[in-house]
Amino acid sequence: MSAQAQEEQQEGNQEEQKQIEIPDDTPVDLKAEYEASHVQEVLDKLNEDLVGLKPIKTRIAEIASLLLVERVRKKMHLSAETPTLHMCFTGNPGTGKTTVALRMAEILHRLEYIREGHLVAVTRDDLVGQYIGHTAPKTREVIKKAMGGVLFIDEAYYLYRPENERDYGQEAIEILLQIMENNRDDLVVILAGYKDKMDRFFQSNPGMRSRIAHHLDFPDYSADELLAIGKLLLAQQNYRLSSDGEKALTDYIKKRMQQPHFSNARSIRNALDRARLRQANRLFATGKGLSKIDLMTIEAEDILASRVFEGEEDEG
Amino acid sequence: MMTNHGNRITQGQFSFLPDLTDEQITAQIKYALKNGWAVNVEYTDDPHPRNTYWEMYGMPMFDLKDPAGILMEINDCRKAFPNHYIRVTAFDSTRGVESPKMSYIVNRPKDEPGFGLMRQETNGRSMHYTIVPYATQKPEGERYT
Repeated sequence: MSAQAQEEQQEGNQEEQKQIEIPDDTPVDLKAEYEASHVQEVLDKLNEDLVGLKPIKTRIAEIASLLLVERVRKKMHLSAETPTLHMCFTGNPGTGKTTVALRMAEILHRLEYIREGHLVAVTRDDLVGQYIGHTAPKTREVIKKAMGGVLFIDEAYYLYRPENERDYGQEAIEILLQIMENNRDDLVVILAGYKDKMDRFFQSNPGMRSRIAHHLDFPDYSADELLAIGKLLLAQQNYRLSSDGEKALTDYIKKRMQQPHFSNARSIRNALDRARLRQANRLFATGKGLSKIDLMTIEAEDILASRVFEGEEDEG
Repeated sequence: MMTNHGNRITQGQFSFLPDLTDEQITAQIKYALKNGWAVNVEYTDDPHPRNTYWEMYGMPMFDLKDPAGILMEINDCRKAFPNHYIRVTAFDSTRGVESPKMSYIVNRPKDEPGFGLMRQETNGRSMHYTIVPYATQKPEGERYT
């Protein structure tokens, strides 16, 4: 279609909108709107799946209500622009950034801010090419895949490498900036990474900072929360801890938190995977007289065998 | 034949209809994506009906969920080749099919001069007929300027 025809059509639409006058006292039923969007289901699921993270959950509920109000305002012709929805998630590894991003995609989809509701998770490797002229098509391809959904860029600060001025990351950032501005209706970009590194990244890319509406900071988990996460993870796979096992896991978490390379929930998941390995080995060695309950129970010895208790560093 | 009212070439789907609007193109792409076909953007300035292999604009687009990305590519291609033929094809990779399932023109030159009939006298009094697009009498790239 020619540009002229397009313009004509747009003008036609605007005229149409002007003709429908909405009286100021039109009743607004936010509650009905809220229920119709089924956002509460996602928020409930978020509450169930994720232990702790109180500030994040409140913030997401706030964003959800803002978007809902915005949607109603749009229906009443009070606002025409799509609000900026790009976000930045900062926090240490294993604090649930990806999980929250997934839920966020679902919330945005239910509120009809994105059309498909899928999440495309990428890192620097997926965006930046290896030689001149390789970056732009690569970045654009990823963006095209993410359209209609959420583009989640993990470790986003790697995109910018100040020490190498010929780094192609800058090119990817420029394309991203352009898309974030021009295709706001088509996709939502979520950047994620460590807090301090992301701050430095934004300092050197002020354009990026100003295009991001919501900055969410993920706190670290406390030892109690990590234990609750551990139990939840086991319950999902139909395992349970014996009472001694629970004590052992509590000790393990305390010790592991002191060590370097501790990555919150991910470390717990890896530790439990290793405990399951040891449990299987133990059951195999015992051989006979086993029952269903034995297959389900993780004992203290499965956890205490970890290298953490010998003062060494555990893997992952 | 290939020449009809206004010399508009009629290849692929919807070619007897007025040009598709962007909304209509989006709806067609959505249909293709719903069926899991990979959508490509191709261009050429040789309108001959036997010219089946057009130049590809960018990479074929696999694993897309939303037509917005493809429309973006179409508009880029229109900007780069405003006076070329541009078509959208949807490739079905199902085993045993492995061929385009949709193909329609989304951009055409302003003036389409149409086709000329060529006669060739051969053995005795018999004649061979063929058609030649007037546009291809100029070299590639200068045909619709």
